[in-house]
Amino acid sequence: MPTVSVKRDLLFKALGRTYTDEEFDELCFEFGLELDETTSEKEIISKEQGNEKAEGASDVVLYKIDIPANRYDLLCLEGLVRGLQVFKERIKAPMYKRVMPNGEIQKLIITEETAKIRPYAVAAVLRNIKFTKDRYDSFIELQEKLHQNICRKRALVAIGTHDLDTLSGPFTYTAKRPSDIKFKPLNKTKEYTACELMNIYKTDNHLKHYLHIIENKPLYPVIYDSNGVILSMPPIVNGNHSKITVNTKNVFIECTGTDFTKAKIVLDVIVTMFSEYCENQFMVEAAEVVFPNGKSYTFPELAYRKEIVRADLINKKVGIRETPENIAKLLTRMCLKSEVIGDGNQIEIEIPPTRADIIHACDIVEDAAIAYGYNNIQMTLPKTYTIANQFPLNKLTELLRHDMAAAGFTEVLTFVLCSQEDIADKLGLDISATEAVHISNPKTAEFQVARTTLLPGLLKTIAANRKMPLPLKLFEISDIVVKDSSRDVGARNYRHLCAVYYNKNPGFEIIHGLLDRIMQLLNVPPGEKGGYVIKASEGPAFFPGRCAEIFARGQSIGKLGVLHPDVITKFELTMPCSSLEINIEPFL
Amino acid sequence: MADGPVAEVLLRQLEAADGGLDSADLAAKLGVDHQAVVGAVKSLQALGEIIEAELRSTKRWELTAEGEEMAREGSHEARVFRSIPQEGLAQSELMQLPSGKVGFSKAMSNKWIRVDKSAADGPRVFRVVDSVEDEVQRRLQLVQGGQAEKLAEKERSELRKRKLLTEVTLKTYWVSKGSAFSTSISKQETDLSPEMISSGSWRDRPFKPYNFLAHGVLPDSGHLHPLLKVRTQFRQIFLEMGFTEMPTDNFIESSFWNFDALFQPQQHPARDQHDTFFLRDPAEALQLPMDYVHRVKRTHSQGGYGSQGYKYAWKLEEARKNLLRTHTTSASARALYRLAQKKPFTPAKYFSIDRVFRNETLDATHLAEFHQIEGVVADHGLTLGHLMGILREFFTKLGITQLRFKPAYNPYTEPSMEVFSYHQGLKKWVEVGNSGLFRPEMLLPMGLPENVSVIAWGLSLERPTMIKYGINNIRELVGHKVNLQMVYDGPLCRLDAEPGPPQTQGAA
Repeated sequence: MPTVSVKRDLLFKALGRTYTDEEFDELCFEFGLELDETTSEKEIISKEQGNEKAEGASDVVLYKIDIPANRYDLLCLEGLVRGLQVFKERIKAPMYKRVMPNGEIQKLIITEETAKIRPYAVAAVLRNIKFTKDRYDSFIELQEKLHQNICRKRALVAIGTHDLDTLSGPFTYTAKRPSDIKFKPLNKTKEYTACELMNIYKTDNHLKHYLHIIENKPLYPVIYDSNGVILSMPPIVNGNHSKITVNTKNVFIECTGTDFTKAKIVLDVIVTMFSEYCENQFMVEAAEVVFPNGKSYTFPELAYRKEIVRADLINKKVGIRETPENIAKLLTRMCLKSEVIGDGNQIEIEIPPTRADIIHACDIVEDAAIAYGYNNIQMTLPKTYTIANQFPLNKLTELLRHDMAAAGFTEVLTFVLCSQEDIADKLGLDISATEAVHISNPKTAEFQVARTTLLPGLLKTIAANRKMPLPLKLFEISDIVVKDSSRDVGARNYRHLCAVYYNKNPGFEIIHGLLDRIMQLLNVPPGEKGGYVIKASEGPAFFPGRCAEIFARGQSIGKLGVLHPDVITKFELTMPCSSLEINIEPFL
Repeated sequence: MADGPVAEVLLRQLEAADGGLDSADLAAKLGVDHQAVVGAVKSLQALGEIIEAELRSTKRWELTAEGEEMAREGSHEARVFRSIPQEGLAQSELMQLPSGKVGFSKAMSNKWIRVDKSAADGPRVFRVVDSVEDEVQRRLQLVQGGQAEKLAEKERSELRKRKLLTEVTLKTYWVSKGSAFSTSISKQETDLSPEMISSGSWRDRPFKPYNFLAHGVLPDSGHLHPLLKVRTQFRQIFLEMGFTEMPTDNFIESSFWNFDALFQPQQHPARDQHDTFFLRDPAEALQLPMDYVHRVKRTHSQGGYGSQGYKYAWKLEEARKNLLRTHTTSASARALYRLAQKKPFTPAKYFSIDRVFRNETLDATHLAEFHQIEGVVADHGLTLGHLMGILREFFTKLGITQLRFKPAYNPYTEPSMEVFSYHQGLKKWVEVGNSGLFRPEMLLPMGLPENVSVIAWGLSLERPTMIKYGINNIRELVGHKVNLQMVYDGPLCRLDAEPGPPQTQGAA
């Protein structure tokens, strides 16, 4: 969930009134936001770097507000204020308009070299904009928020904003060999080739995260103006030449990416938010983008879409009884201009370009519910009549757990994820023999595989509790995972029961007795046919001659025995230990 | 009882006595050994508050065995004197007498006798005086009669030098009535025995009181894990509410069921390597329900079912990628898909509680695996008000009654709402769950009828458990590093009971 921080006083000024923290928190809650923190730059620095560093930092009060991940239109002060003011019916939602320039339209020509790396681009112009320090900061911050969220850290979309007056169109979006790209990047004083830049930015805390997007590609994306000035090398960095400042009057915005839909959304969000400061408020100057196939499109789209939803559908989904007129009013408060049409039960809703999150009637239903107030909705119980059933495996597990505890064993809860070492090396097995599933992206060795046996978890629990009085009698009934090509995903769980006895003597007879008790509980009598037997066996985890395989109703279900001293040592234990592990699924 | 008679006499004497009595006096009075009285005192003390006994020590003079003999028979010198007739006695004969040697020299120095060495048949002893006063005997008899103090210090020390007297320290008890004084005593029994029951003797026997301040002996027992005790309660709540348990015994899931089926786009951050554990082996799902997959693909990439879709190039490879499920909603999706294949549609209420996995940054409240609780209701015409109604009933059973709902965003529910409850301890609203109506883009491709709504909610098992038991670090609750003492000491899980004080941890 993105968090935006806005200056409280600036926010209140824009909202035309002040709130106490509690009042503002309440407003946020109602609207689906969360006032996460009230802080200041000084407080943040002092928390992160200590009081000394915070000396002299601004103590202007900041609100940190959590924004739902699909509301790109609320990621800056401008959008937040607009959304809340419309919600509180203090203003009407503005109409955003794309306009043609008086002179020639700005053109961005995409060459086919971009196809393999970053094929899409869109563009627009904010004409005669008036920045202030706060507006400028908000403009930069919005781009950063978009980059981090909808743009998926610039992988899907990257934004470049430029001082149009320093450039000369038409612009060319192409891709070139890194060694052939040379320019002065943002905030640098000399020129570098793209190769050099990629090296320099490896240590840049901000930019290093984006290098991987193009790093190993033969060609890098790049945008030139008609004089060969480089505007940007997306998605890494802009050129310094066209850098915007507080004094910039005309802004050229380009968004390049691999997801055309998202690039268009991002462009729409930026221009709808900041055209507020243009001489012609909420008017955005069009730009033309020519694709390699010769087709030409005009951006930003700023498309208004109409949906028709029946009022009774909204009433039925929310569980309220409002008139169509009231529902239209509710929706209008959510920046969805609505009116009742047709038979008087239909509501026509206009979805503005700021609300890319509205893709289905259910999104409209939610907005009606938010405007109505979730906490004003009458709570009712559905009449759904059903008979409950337990999942048979869990039912058996629940019954067994209680009787295992009744037999004097204590339940533990250990992790499914573990290291290869835990399930293989430490038990004297080769990892290939375990049929374990392997994780491709573990952050540490603790998450290399899913366990194929419960035993390591129990032994690790004992190791962490060596100070406890002996004997330790532990058990766990839980799932293990092994590969199985008969399953759709190629792996399956098995429900295992594992128990260990740890004491100064191995206590095989105790673990054996526990098996007898479990079989008694499962109503399996001793004996070969239809019953259970244990037969001498061996296994690398067990002391030679002290291991038996357990057969129930003719099927091998597991093993029991005295653990091998090597196993005991590898789990950092010092006492003899006997164990039992069986699959309980045959007893369903 | 061996001490019976003396003890009983002691009590009777004590009853008559004014204030108390001395054990030595009593021994003297009864003519029994003092030790017998001491034994009686001790056994009475063991019975509780019948008597009080204060230990006193006194010094006194006693005759030695030789002293006793002299007190009885007279001093050696007196006996020597008496054994000499008028005509005298041969010295050699006198020395044969029992008191001869010592008596002779003493009588000589007392000048009671003389020796005539010139007698014909050897030295002969004669009386010098007609009669003697046996002062030694008289003094010894005084001591014997307990009147040693009548002797002068010098006289006593002379007798002591002669090893006739000895000074002894006597430990005696000053015995007085106790708060539970009674003359009828018998020893208290420590506990009831089978013999007493069969003979009925328990009726007549007094029993030693128990010390109720002492701790009992804890039973040897096994214990259930606290988190799983809470799991049992949650299962119980769902079953009470008529919810059927979904199968969730498949930790490995394809991206398709975990994300795509839930209308979660393939570029969604949750599908990032940083958030999800993907599998190297088996890396891909072998089978997917292809008809359904195509409907899902179309909904994502082009829309449909009234949706605009996400308008991106949906890739089957991405859907095939195996992972450790990031939520149990993948199991809910499978259950709803199965439900959709059953015609005609029958309403259903489902729940599950099982593990999910996240490749997240770990901290005091986050582990790579945790348990998710999920409830799902599918029926015609379900509303947001129904969802809130069910949530109210569900949380009431958890003992949480103050609820409010906040609009929220989830990729696969719309409308969505976070559930907050007022926490008395923290004095603020805390999030206790997430909920919503599943999106039509998720339900309709499955084949569920259009007017069927599915409401769902979820929460973690760990968080309410940590709040319930006052545990701040999740590692103290889950995994192999837990302190078994915590498991041993854990109380019952009663979610709707008044919250008690946080559990104190034993032997930390």
